[in-house]
Amino acid sequence: MFARIRHRLLRMHSPRAWMAVGIAAAVLLLLLPISNGLIPAKSAFHLPDYLVPLLGKFLCFGLAALAMDLVWGFAGILSLGHGLFFALGGYAIGMYLMRSIEGEGVYRSTLPDFMVFLDWKTLPWYWRGFDHFPYALAAALLGPALLAFLFGYLAFRSKIKGVYFSIVTQALTYAAMLLFFQNAAGFGGNNGMTDFKRILGYSLQAPSTRLALFMASGLALLLSYLSCRYIITSKLGRVVTAIRDAELKSRFCGYESTHYKLFIWTFSAILCALAGALYVPQVGIINPSEMQPSNSIEMAIWVAVGGRGSLSGAVLGAWIINGGKSWLTAVFPSAWLYVLGTLFIVVTLFLPKGVAGAWATLTRRWGK
Amino acid sequence: MRDGREGIVAGALPRIKDTSKSEASTKHKTAASSGREQTDSSMQATLSKHSPLVLWVEEISVSFDGFKALNDLTLTLERGELRCIIGPNGAGKTTLMDVITGKTRPDHGAVYLENKLVDLTTLSECEISALGIGRKFQRPTVFGGHTVLENCELALRGNKGVFHSLFGRMSKAERERIDEVLETVGLSERRGEQAGLLAHGHKQWLEIGMLLAQDPKVLLVDEPVAGMNHAEMERTAALLNSLAGERTVVVVEHDMEFVRQIARKVTVLHEGSVLAEGPMDKIQNDPHVIEVYLGA
Repeated sequence: MFARIRHRLLRMHSPRAWMAVGIAAAVLLLLLPISNGLIPAKSAFHLPDYLVPLLGKFLCFGLAALAMDLVWGFAGILSLGHGLFFALGGYAIGMYLMRSIEGEGVYRSTLPDFMVFLDWKTLPWYWRGFDHFPYALAAALLGPALLAFLFGYLAFRSKIKGVYFSIVTQALTYAAMLLFFQNAAGFGGNNGMTDFKRILGYSLQAPSTRLALFMASGLALLLSYLSCRYIITSKLGRVVTAIRDAELKSRFCGYESTHYKLFIWTFSAILCALAGALYVPQVGIINPSEMQPSNSIEMAIWVAVGGRGSLSGAVLGAWIINGGKSWLTAVFPSAWLYVLGTLFIVVTLFLPKGVAGAWATLTRRWGK
Repeated sequence: MRDGREGIVAGALPRIKDTSKSEASTKHKTAASSGREQTDSSMQATLSKHSPLVLWVEEISVSFDGFKALNDLTLTLERGELRCIIGPNGAGKTTLMDVITGKTRPDHGAVYLENKLVDLTTLSECEISALGIGRKFQRPTVFGGHTVLENCELALRGNKGVFHSLFGRMSKAERERIDEVLETVGLSERRGEQAGLLAHGHKQWLEIGMLLAQDPKVLLVDEPVAGMNHAEMERTAALLNSLAGERTVVVVEHDMEFVRQIARKVTVLHEGSVLAEGPMDKIQNDPHVIEVYLGA
């Protein structure tokens, strides 16, 4: 039994790569929290409080990139609508956060402020249950999962592939954005939801809560990374890649490609929704702009820059792009989009396998 | 015949009845008038384990935008035979394979395998593959991103479900089976190589190896020697010959020299139907065949 588990773990990663995973886990779950929580503020090793949510946000983007790479890099399905799953996960948690400020809003009403503003007297039926965190969390993951499953079922069954699939996903997130812009939809319209006060009874402003959310994001990213790694090193991962390379042949080999694509697609949507659910309490706002097509496209760029088909590369790509964005938009705001566009072109032309691919080539050369 | 197909879609019970009826009407005219139980048994006798027939293609028609690719084509295959299908371009050879493997749905007609009471034209590609029909494409098609070994693993007969793939492990017997297959097609040395980078001939061999791993009852092979040199061609001929016997092998081929090498029985297709069928020397002297194909 032990030998079998050991064997499986070694198929997931070489001992050296496991060491890297261990180091990443120690940094995210031990070093950075200690540096923020225990080391005095005057020390050079102190992680300032304002950086904690920012890094937490990066972890969420890394998780979304992981989800994106799983479908695009390994299954060859380019989604330009993953921002939708991210936003839906965020909205579900946002609804919980709205419910937990009950009575303390501007209008002192039991309803969320925007409903009072619309002169609504009772809570819409679909808001029921969102007072409870477990329900909200389940909705945050299963709601997008269900949507992805239904959409995927229809699209894959109709053999919609390639660029056509990408366009349809783009249209889907755009349509959802228009829906969520409507005040009558009951999700706060244009402004979305904000002014959250607490989560599970803890103040969202407190450094300890922020640190806890950061650690939760770190844990989610690590576990998701390992489950993705498990999937791609299982036979299922090989089947999915086989479908990417020669779908008809895989069907003649007896694999119902639709089921496989549906599995990987839905799983990816769940990861993306989890990222959104962790993102919203850390940034303190969710609105329909998260669903705009450019957000989903940006996710594809993270993966392309980091390296399609390399899970750690995708996470790295998300961090590189968002790190650059945070820095440049502060220093030289108008340049960001040009830099992003140039970077994308340069990577596509000179680093077709992204940063991870370039790194692999370099280490191979040094090795020889 | 059409009544039969509608019945098959409708459900399991009428399927048995109507299938038998459809076969009874074409093959066992005497049985058609007798009771249902009798037609059931006569139907099973037609395609049972003891019957020599393994595949039955019945009155298949396929048209693409008005062009009739197959025209009421009827063809039967016996267990263990090696059949060559030849014919000029556009005769419908590849379309016939597409219909049998579920890639193309015919306008009408039915395909039966052995004693299975189900019309293959109502099933998906993967269901047909699970029943025991394997296919090799015209262009060598392997999973380029995977190694030779992984290609064989993916082709191996067994549970092809999503959750089995996620949690299942390869058994010792399966591993040995792959070794055996790689040995047969002479790719043992290259098991770790990426399939997409193999030479053309090796890809052809790998694809044949994958078919062996799949262990089908009926093997459809589309132009197996395209792009092979003479030695490779001879080796392929020997392999296909050794496969026939325990399996039924259907070869679609343009290369007449190769057909002469392996053929026991030849079917000539022309404009979507069977023009002639018989041993190679007889076919070569058939005036119709000479006119449309060999003489050209």
